[in-house]
Amino acid sequence: MSDIAVQANRVSKEYRINRFQRKKTHERSLRDDVVGLLTSPFRQRDESSDSIWALKDISFEVKAGEVVGIIGRNGAGKSTLLKILSRITRPTEGAIDIYGRVGSLLEVGTGFHAELSGRENIYLNGAILGMGKREIDRKFDEIVAFSEVEKFIDTPVKRYSSGMYMRLAFAVAAHLDPEILIVDEVLAVGDVQFQKKCLGKMSEVAHGGRTVLFVSHNMNAIEQLCGSAILLEEGKLTDYSADVHHIITRYLSSGVNDESRAEWINMGGEYENPYFKPLRLFVSDKDGNVINHAVSRSDEVWIQIEGEIQKMDSTLSVGYAIYGESGAQLYLSTHTDGPESGWAKIHEGRCVLRSQLPLHLLNEGTHRIECVVDLHNVRWVLLPGEHNPTVQMDVQGGLSESPYWTRARMGVMAPILEWVAANVN
Amino acid sequence: MTHIRIEPRSSWLAMEWREVWRFRELLFFLVWRDVKVRYKQTVIGIAWVVLQPLVASFIFAIIFGNFARMPSDNLPYVIFAMGGLVPWNFFANSIQRGTGSLVGSAGLISKVYFPRLIIPVASILAGLVDLAVVLTALIVLMLIWGITPTLAILTLPLMLLLAFGIALGASLGLTAINVQYRDVGYAMPVVMQLWLYATPVIYSSSLIPENWRWLYGLNPMVGVIGGFRWALFGTGMPPLAELALSLITMIVLLIGGMLLFNRMESRFADVV
Repeated sequence: MSDIAVQANRVSKEYRINRFQRKKTHERSLRDDVVGLLTSPFRQRDESSDSIWALKDISFEVKAGEVVGIIGRNGAGKSTLLKILSRITRPTEGAIDIYGRVGSLLEVGTGFHAELSGRENIYLNGAILGMGKREIDRKFDEIVAFSEVEKFIDTPVKRYSSGMYMRLAFAVAAHLDPEILIVDEVLAVGDVQFQKKCLGKMSEVAHGGRTVLFVSHNMNAIEQLCGSAILLEEGKLTDYSADVHHIITRYLSSGVNDESRAEWINMGGEYENPYFKPLRLFVSDKDGNVINHAVSRSDEVWIQIEGEIQKMDSTLSVGYAIYGESGAQLYLSTHTDGPESGWAKIHEGRCVLRSQLPLHLLNEGTHRIECVVDLHNVRWVLLPGEHNPTVQMDVQGGLSESPYWTRARMGVMAPILEWVAANVN
Repeated sequence: MTHIRIEPRSSWLAMEWREVWRFRELLFFLVWRDVKVRYKQTVIGIAWVVLQPLVASFIFAIIFGNFARMPSDNLPYVIFAMGGLVPWNFFANSIQRGTGSLVGSAGLISKVYFPRLIIPVASILAGLVDLAVVLTALIVLMLIWGITPTLAILTLPLMLLLAFGIALGASLGLTAINVQYRDVGYAMPVVMQLWLYATPVIYSSSLIPENWRWLYGLNPMVGVIGGFRWALFGTGMPPLAELALSLITMIVLLIGGMLLFNRMESRFADVV
């Protein structure tokens, strides 16, 4: 049995909500409890309504040397599971056996003190993460080199830029070397270059035969680093397999982000006008079904606009504007963009216009799509940037088939372009 | 290979002493951090430790010594007051810091594992540095005034250990309750103020009528302050009965505080 590193057996965690005033437990005061006791001394605790099961009956087994990704939406119980694994809090039921020295990184820079210098904080943070003084002495130079803050190592960290601070913090964390490593989303620190370094360090750890449990929302990192993945949904373990790709797909398609986000429907008298009254705007798959989960860059995705035309105007252009994560407009497209002979034919009455999103063009992230209606050279019916019908779409994954392209690129868009070479003598 | 079993709270009598020992270096670093950070960005730094009780003693000397003519066991009033204020301040600061320690370390508690006991212990240990400084100053002051310590000074560490134990015991319980009920943190300054007046810090315990002494002695700091003055100034007899009571109170507080702390420990991370 020595090859098992972590074995969780029916682990559950219950959080109580205050029984008297329905405040969060940590906000309650002695007075609340005394008042509660006086006003309702015989009230029994109603278990079902006053508690939340953050985790319910979680069982799994991780073999030594495995790298396991834990994925799930916010509130699915990922953090609670990590907290129990790191021994920060105890489970309410069940047990976990851990074989080996555990190191956990739920946050970088825990315990950093602003008044202390970089050097002092390395020792302090190292000790907090469970390193001994001799171990830190030994790794000190390496940590400083990794953090790239050599020149400021004796300056109080409150004078550091936030980038330097994060680099130093990650550097200490990266040099922790336990047999079992528990990591929560620490990759998202620093600039792109430093992120690359962090990811490199992570994969070094992951491929170095250590057991790693890794929570992230970065599906590319999970896919790249993990040999298997656990899917948590509403506190339950719903999938655990070595087919990481399968789990990621299931995760991306399972969650309904927010019903209203992927589809906009005119609730009545909005945007009244005789030329083109928008009725419905939505993101769909190739069969016309609304997609309310993240889409991959390699998926076939359509933008559909349904509207009502009372008075056909020959200058009518209908389309959409799309905005990236930063809010920058990426492009605007209307049905009259091409040669006139190729325009989609629309008539009075109800009609639907649809257009396929270019594959491998948008970068990862949340995009906003806005319906735009224009009478060419006459006036805007729905001017971009005003309060137009809007839907949102998350783009995640399907980056490229290139082995070199594994994470989101810089830039508002990320097209895959053709490259050719010619020999020059 | 190390094996850890993570379970719902085990017996609340079981302290994980081995774990505390394993994390002794962290204890050291936390104490070191507290000491290091305490007087950062001040001009006179650690001199504040001496200045605070010294100024207070002079004020007491003027008010109680000069105007009220309170008895001071035949010592200069300033020295007498310092002899009470030094152990009292150590004790009061220890409790104040100890009580707030867990809440003040919420960031650590909710992100990293280590035996939580380390936090209140570290916060009180960090006060020892201040104590050493101010004690040295007091002895220097005594020599200037021409008061030489007797052999009784050898028992001084025992008195301080007693103060430390009482403060730790009380802090363990208080800081654990404070995690759930922040009221404790707000109540403490008032309690300490009252406690100060119930302790012979600025007056001599000879003011208390003989037949009320036993009740007075239930305050464990009566024995500590009396013992401290005796050890330092060597006047009169050691207050043995009061010291014995203090010792018993200390043991009760330590055990009770530890049990309470241990009982509530598993919820710290969820509630803090």
